[in-house]
Amino acid sequence: MRERLTRLFASRWGIILVGAVIGVLGVLLRKLGNPANMGICVACFERDIAGALGLHRAAPVQYLRPEIPAFVLGSLIAALAFREFKPRTGSAPILRFLLGAFAMIGALVFLGCPWRALFRLSGGDLNALIGIAGLAAGIAAGVAFLRGGYSLGRAAPARGAVGWITPGLMLGLVLLALIRPSFLIRSESGPGAMHAAIGISLAGGLLVGMLAQRTRFCTMGSVRDVILARDTHLLSGVVALLVAAFLLNLAFGFVKFGFGAQPIAHSNALWNFLGMVLAGLAYALAGGCPGRQLFLAGEGDGDAGIFVLGMLSGAAFAHNFGLASKPDAVANGVLQIGGPAPNGQLAVLLGLAFCVAVGFAMRERWEVKR
Amino acid sequence: MTTIDARGLSCPEPVLRARRAMQGLAPGGDLEVLVETVTSRENVLRTARALGCAAEAEATPDGGFRLRIHKP
Repeated sequence: MRERLTRLFASRWGIILVGAVIGVLGVLLRKLGNPANMGICVACFERDIAGALGLHRAAPVQYLRPEIPAFVLGSLIAALAFREFKPRTGSAPILRFLLGAFAMIGALVFLGCPWRALFRLSGGDLNALIGIAGLAAGIAAGVAFLRGGYSLGRAAPARGAVGWITPGLMLGLVLLALIRPSFLIRSESGPGAMHAAIGISLAGGLLVGMLAQRTRFCTMGSVRDVILARDTHLLSGVVALLVAAFLLNLAFGFVKFGFGAQPIAHSNALWNFLGMVLAGLAYALAGGCPGRQLFLAGEGDGDAGIFVLGMLSGAAFAHNFGLASKPDAVANGVLQIGGPAPNGQLAVLLGLAFCVAVGFAMRERWEVKR
Repeated sequence: MTTIDARGLSCPEPVLRARRAMQGLAPGGDLEVLVETVTSRENVLRTARALGCAAEAEATPDGGFRLRIHKP
């Protein structure tokens, strides 16, 4: 039974079905309270969590989003049920931390991770097309490094504590979200004040976590596998997400095509592109999109857990140092185009330089046993 | 027979290494790939099928899998 379910989820129809379910859940979460075109956004939600914990003080984006811990715990449940929970670590954790931090900075210059890029596009935000083009360019650069022998090295099996620590931390976040101690910060206005009820966020997140763990759903991998091997398996799941989310957005009347003044987005094309080049390259070098890193952490991958902590830290830096982009605004009927301040532009270039340096520095000769 | 040890490597390196070895395999040749996770197992098996190779997996005592790939 277990093996048959594994085969179903690994099949083409399995990934298409799961992609469509995630697309529907994302739009439902938005309908039930999450911000516009942000039913699910791994980067934004981790940024909100960093704010809720006081790691940054950007007042509009502080809320302990239950979806993120639920993703990890959903993946944990699925991994335990299918005996795939394997504590492991040791594949260049310090580099993964920094890749996570820079991936987050790139995503916050675009104003969304690859997941949100899909949800933005499904709501008619055409800036997402430019972001996705940048993402693909960054992933293509990552593939070039992989072809050149890039590797962060092997992870080794580890004791249980290594695998349980990230799910444990996430359980702590769920408890904080439920108990709501006074030190937890909550936005009074802005995106951080917009959220579905905690039970709905938790249930939706758990379901996404379980399904994504079974299918290895990965937005970065979907593009990488096409470039690397003309393998459209993961891409079919991502396309299913996009189509399902678009149809449901249409049904709810959420679709508004255009570039200017889209919800929590800016129309500065150059930095939409470059921000996502950085994010795409960092995800490709780390072997998974931000969602996939959460699901891997739920399976016991300590290195993926480090990447997640890197993203949280990157979010804190992004807002403490003014690196994140400002969204477009309309003042007195005039469109003011947002985008990153010079600090943010510099951070993206620094991040790109870091990723390229890692790409070259971590090449190894492939070992073949005969 | 050539053995690729892809245990502990993160995605997509197991596939990349296995794929390169499969492409270099002469007709009738055999290849063995060691992987650690079900994800890598499924990815390598899918790659083998896409390249027209026969492939089967067996569990190993260390909790991983041994994939035997044959190019017809």
